[in-house]
Amino acid sequence: MSVLIYAENAGGKFKKSTFEAVSYAKAIADQNNTTLTAISIGDVANDDLAALGKYGAAKVLNVTNDKLKNFINQAYASVIAEAAKAQGADIVVLSNSFSGRGLAPRLGVKLEAGVADGAVSLPEQNDGKFTVKKTAFSGKAFAVVELTSTNKVIALTPNSYKVVDGSSVAPVEDFSVEAKASDFKEMIKDIVRSTDKVSLPDAEIVVSAGRGLKGPENWGMVEELANLLGAATACSKPVSDAGWRPHSEHVGQTGIAVSPNLYIAIGISGAIQHLAGISASKVIVVINKDAEAPFFKVADYGIVGDAFEVLPKLIAAVKEYKASA
Amino acid sequence: MKILVCISNVPDTTTKITFTDNNTQFNTTGVQFILNPYDEIALARAIELTDGGNGSVTVINIGEAGTEPTIRKALAIGATDAIRINAKPHDAWYVAYQVAQYVKANPFDLILTGRESIDYNGSKVAAMLGELLDIPSVSIIKKLEATAADATVEREIEGGKEVLTIPFPFVAGCAEGVAEPKIPNMRGIMSARTKPLTVVEAVEVKTFSEIISYETPAPRGQVNLVPADDPAKLVDLLHTQARVI
Ligand SMILES: Cc1cc2nc3c(=O)[nH]c(=O)nc-3n(C[C@H](O)[C@H](O)[C@H](O)COP(=O)(O)OP(=O)(O)OC[C@H]3O[C@@H](n4cnc5c(N)ncnc54)[C@H](O)[C@@H]3O)c2cc1C
Repeated sequence: MSVLIYAENAGGKFKKSTFEAVSYAKAIADQNNTTLTAISIGDVANDDLAALGKYGAAKVLNVTNDKLKNFINQAYASVIAEAAKAQGADIVVLSNSFSGRGLAPRLGVKLEAGVADGAVSLPEQNDGKFTVKKTAFSGKAFAVVELTSTNKVIALTPNSYKVVDGSSVAPVEDFSVEAKASDFKEMIKDIVRSTDKVSLPDAEIVVSAGRGLKGPENWGMVEELANLLGAATACSKPVSDAGWRPHSEHVGQTGIAVSPNLYIAIGISGAIQHLAGISASKVIVVINKDAEAPFFKVADYGIVGDAFEVLPKLIAAVKEYKASA
Repeated sequence: MKILVCISNVPDTTTKITFTDNNTQFNTTGVQFILNPYDEIALARAIELTDGGNGSVTVINIGEAGTEPTIRKALAIGATDAIRINAKPHDAWYVAYQVAQYVKANPFDLILTGRESIDYNGSKVAAMLGELLDIPSVSIIKKLEATAADATVEREIEGGKEVLTIPFPFVAGCAEGVAEPKIPNMRGIMSARTKPLTVVEAVEVKTFSEIISYETPAPRGQVNLVPADDPAKLVDLLHTQARVI
């Protein structure tokens, strides 16, 4: 019995959500008096692999098969499942990222394991019961799921577990698996990664704007504020429906669910479908000219005012704060 | 092209979520059920791809008789026929297993699902189906173009996008961007009544997980209002009080 964490990289680099997942997996290993092994697939520098030891990995399996350079769902799932079997790992942890959502269910089937996706806290283990709390109803509620199978797969929601930093360095071992041809039916034609943009599901700060901004030409100030704060930009559904912003920025019940430390909503009314996807935010700031906007009911901080007047002043204030910090 | 679209019956997006029986059951009292919004996107793309007699669109739902209005809506939107597997859907694994059993006996070129259902948000059915059928799966796609031999899909990745070419058959979970949902017209609504809806009995499935209780998020405190002419105050509060910047 042991725990395996799939340490996901984006373009060869581990992200904070991976460190969160490693820290989380280490805590689960501790709960069970067992060890944590990490597996990395693709091109990651050796120092970065060894550094997973800081977050609790006792060993890192490194898979560098050329065919596995880029994420192929089916093939990665096969490799991780084989690693779990080879290590005798009965708990597999990964990040509930875009890729994680493709992998966790396939791993669940391969390992005949119950899958707790979107986990938001450490499992509870009492009287032989293993339960995990996960988001449900698009953030309007949580469900406590009992995993009744011997093997278990848990996909952790970004920003829901603190990175626990230590000083150990983990030994890195090569790991190879006979690749099945049928696992490589998908062919990658193109990858476009915008390195300067913060990924929305991982973002610690999100600056979001709605129809109150009147048109796409006014998003310059939203982007400026986001850049200053190192934040991702987001929007409400009518904004992406109107083509002012890409669909990938739409948050809410039918958009992306976010869980940042700070969510700033500008000119968004706070309809129940919008609130659904952002309710896991730790701190919510609302800027709206209508004091009756429902968003103020769930906000921690608010400014009742016209975005076109407040935003330039807020940008200036953030610049001043940055300059003095 | 033969396309299968998996549809689920979910609480309307305006539903306030509450629970009964000591927070162990979802309270369905007064809740209207709808076709899952992402499944509508999948269905719309399937209808576009088979336009002009270029194949057929079958919808499949795991549900008890009460889900038939949702299935009829999918038929009214333009699906060719429908399958209802007569069971209460236990979880994603249960749903995927039932669909896989059906597909093994009745193959399709393309299987579409929504990226997730808006109730349990698992985004698991597409990938589980892929694994059960040993075919590729892409969990969240933003675009889908098809030729006779293969399809090109665009998927979201952290901080970007990826374009993939995949031979049929495969499974894809559709998100916004794939298609605009279609609204049923009068002719569609009339013809939906007579389109075939076949009821199939469910097969036995092992269970691996169980929802044992629900929680609602802790209520937030009162909003702390900052004057509109003093955003510096807000920055200060976010730094010193909330400690988020
Ligand atoms: C099936 C379904 C699913 C949905 N899913 C989602 C979802 O996932 N995400 C989502 O966001 N919505 C979703 N919606 C839509 C949702 O119901 C609302 O329509 C939407 O959230 C409203 O967006 P908004 O607040 O930007 O626009 P509006 O409702 O038009 O509100 C604009 C707000 O801006 C304020 N404002 C105007 N001018 C200014 C100004 N100059 N300065 C400051 N404030 C100003 C106004 O007071 C108002 O509160 C869904 C709807 C349906 C039916």
